[in-house]
Amino acid sequence: MEKLLKVQNVEKYYGNKSNITKAIDNISFDVEKGEFIGIMGASGSGKTTLLNCISTIDKVTTGHIFIDGDDITKLRGNNLNKFRREELGFIFQDFNLLDTLTCYENIALALTIKKEKTKEIERKVLEIAKKLDILDILNKYPYEVSGGQKQRVASARAIITSPKLVLADEPTGALDSKSARGLLENFKYLNQSLNATILMVTHDAFTASYASRILFIKDGKLFNELIKANDTRKEFFEKIIEVQTLLGGDLNACF
Amino acid sequence: MLVFKLSLKNMKKSLKDYAIYFLTLVLGVAIFYMFNSIDSQQAMLKVSAAQTEMIKLMISMLSFVSVFVSVILGLLIVYANNFLINRRKKEFGIYMTLGMGKRQISKIILIETLFVGVISLVVGLFLGIFASQFMSILVAKLFEADMSEFTFVFSKSACIKTCFYFAVMYLAVMIFNTLAVSRYKLINLINANRQNEKVKIRNPILAVLIFVIGTLLLSYAYYIVAVKTNTLREEKDLIKPILLGLTGTVAIFWSLSGFILTTIKKVKSIYLKNTNMFVLRQINNKINTTVISMSIICIMLFMTITILSSSLSLRNSMQGDLIEMTPVDINLEKIANLPEVYKNQYGKEKHTTLAQREDSKIPISETLKNNGLDMSVLKDIVEIPIYTQEDLTVEKFLGNKFNEIKEEFPFLMYETAETIIKVSDYNKIAELYGIEKYSLNEDEYIMLCDFDSQVQIRNKALASKTNDLEIAGKIYKSKYNECKKGFINMSTSHTNTGILLVPDSCNLTDKNKEKHFFVANYNATTDEGKKEIEKIFTDLNSNLIQNLDKNGIEIDGVSKITLIQSSLGLTTIIIFIAIYLGLIFLIASSVILALKQLTESSDNKERYAILRKIGCDEKMINKSLFSQIAIFFGMPLILAIIHSIFGIKFALNLLSGLTKTSELIPSIVITTIIIGGIYGAYFFATYFESKNIIKEEV
Repeated sequence: MEKLLKVQNVEKYYGNKSNITKAIDNISFDVEKGEFIGIMGASGSGKTTLLNCISTIDKVTTGHIFIDGDDITKLRGNNLNKFRREELGFIFQDFNLLDTLTCYENIALALTIKKEKTKEIERKVLEIAKKLDILDILNKYPYEVSGGQKQRVASARAIITSPKLVLADEPTGALDSKSARGLLENFKYLNQSLNATILMVTHDAFTASYASRILFIKDGKLFNELIKANDTRKEFFEKIIEVQTLLGGDLNACF
Repeated sequence: MLVFKLSLKNMKKSLKDYAIYFLTLVLGVAIFYMFNSIDSQQAMLKVSAAQTEMIKLMISMLSFVSVFVSVILGLLIVYANNFLINRRKKEFGIYMTLGMGKRQISKIILIETLFVGVISLVVGLFLGIFASQFMSILVAKLFEADMSEFTFVFSKSACIKTCFYFAVMYLAVMIFNTLAVSRYKLINLINANRQNEKVKIRNPILAVLIFVIGTLLLSYAYYIVAVKTNTLREEKDLIKPILLGLTGTVAIFWSLSGFILTTIKKVKSIYLKNTNMFVLRQINNKINTTVISMSIICIMLFMTITILSSSLSLRNSMQGDLIEMTPVDINLEKIANLPEVYKNQYGKEKHTTLAQREDSKIPISETLKNNGLDMSVLKDIVEIPIYTQEDLTVEKFLGNKFNEIKEEFPFLMYETAETIIKVSDYNKIAELYGIEKYSLNEDEYIMLCDFDSQVQIRNKALASKTNDLEIAGKIYKSKYNECKKGFINMSTSHTNTGILLVPDSCNLTDKNKEKHFFVANYNATTDEGKKEIEKIFTDLNSNLIQNLDKNGIEIDGVSKITLIQSSLGLTTIIIFIAIYLGLIFLIASSVILALKQLTESSDNKERYAILRKIGCDEKMINKSLFSQIAIFFGMPLILAIIHSIFGIKFALNLLSGLTKTSELIPSIVITTIIIGGIYGAYFFATYFESKNIIKEEV
């Protein structure tokens, strides 16, 4: 299969000469097109830093990140913004919807800033809304809809631009378990039916169990890798818990 | 010492936040100083005694206005300071969690206020002293005084006054701050940045409806002031258009954003382009919550524009009148046929001497000669008698229209006898004045009148053609069915309330003589020479005046020079006060707008962060911020400009009715420069400060 994302010996340091923190310590991995990959780790393990580097919000100290063959660590200025706008889709823990805009407008905004044609915008928004079952809330404001619906609007906004890669940072973090399940079913749909490549950061085993492959990170290093293959989700979930126990529990390995 | 260091560091860090506050203080100080330093600016002017009086009057009026101005500035400073304090709530919260007491926080703010105060005072004074040098030139120009020589003026009294007034204002700010800090609760300070706003949405149909109503109200108000100007005679007539204007303005701002949003939403190609959608929603959201302040700002801007441009052109139009109304150097008049006892103008009985009675029978030129005037100082002398006929009053002239007119204008003096002049006498004066001459048939008369309201009244009577008059035993009829233009008395504006021109053959006797009227030019070619001759007639110590006084002879008169000086003085005072207030109103509205926008920007940091996250580049974000602020600043200005077009038209109608549009252009240009400068400065300061605010981490 085609390699969409290639992370090559990436390191990220914080601090100054006398006191260096390695947030990411020599991580390499590949993501293939159409994969649904999860990144797990305790807080402080470097998973969000990694996501930020991939999403070009943050810069790597050394190493390279290729998306579809382009080295994004070499991008600067407006090219960086263009790349982010056109090749990536984001889903955040706290939705990040604009409260002054209706759901429809929130989704459309992702297209208007790409200077898409008006007619296309209408068609695409309705199409994606139908798929994610949010047609009837399109004219409502974010504060008028539930958390799950908000996250579905955010997902719609993330994938409406047909990005090469969808990055999700703790997407279920602010949802109750029922909404979380609904959202993850949507992710599965996006991944399997719409063929979106998804990279999801989470520390929740249940959320992670929807992925097809999981990378475990500890102290900035790649610690383990789990592939779902032909397991059922329940079996996969149990395997995740096992690795987590090995990692030192859901929390920190402080003892 | 820690507190002191902290304050300094804070100020350095939040220097950009202070920009608006600082700008306001500096402008306030500079303007305050400028207008209060006028007294010392006469130093470099050669002014006459009359002008000195005028300048004194102006200074006392300006200092009176200054009290009002200082109240406005004080409120503005407290408002601006309040914004700064609110922005730093979180910082204070952190201090408090670290165990710093409220008193210490108050101390920090106190030191900061003091610092900003002192620096802005110094900078403002510098700017004011510099700008007041230009003021001197303006004063000189407006008073038409000569600049004796350019000296650098510094007014110690104005400087002390400025320092005192602003010290009081800063004190108020300090008290306010201390009060504000003492009411803080830690939990609110820590959570100060969290804000969750529900979006208030106006019903789009209602918004469109209200917008249409607002437009109609305004159009009607405009129609009243601009087209039906003559229906607005008394103050109470003005209430209607003012109320209509106010309601219309509020209605427009209430509905404008909803109206625009509803309209533009229909045009998908605009709405779904770049960040337009976001910008429109932002404005819609903002204006909904600021209807009242937007309306107030709009009205203040309207007043600024109208006051500035109409007062500046008031001078032009008054000057135009002045040149037309002062064709010769001097007018003199003396009562003819003094009786033994008469009532003077205060209603007091006066007994006359034989000498006085004898003198009242001879012409003024004779009297002047008899009292030692060398007649060679005058040239172009024309002297005519003015007649009256006891039973020929205004009431009689109005004829059968009298009752109707009296009902409308109950307070006019209808029992005054009409002034009568023989046509050839009038033509002699008209020749000298360079105004229109008239001719009459044996049985005709002409009514000359140029005072607007009198013209209206008299025209009503003349149009009815029923007012044939009996003068000296013969019936005369009016040659025209309206008043004609003309005057004999010089004045600062058109004030001739009525002169009857009759044929020379009219049988008026010496007994009908009411006054001797005397017109002449000074026999000098230079301004200096004319001023010397002027002294003979105005200086109380001159030979002529001493002699007349000794002989108890009263001669009234006006001269071109005194008329020009008093008129200039008056308009100049109006202009100065107008500019002063105009500037303050302008600053006030700019500050309120700027701070509203900045508060908005800091509340909306999060929204911009989201835009950034979904891939908007900085250019796009800055563009959307710019258009938001531009619309926010532009809307009240645009409506104010529309208001002003009609306001200025009305003001000019009211003041003279003569100003041509072309005369307005220079004052409009100046107004544009002033408004563009100050409003523009606040606009850009707001934009750059907002840019900084939205760059901050959420």
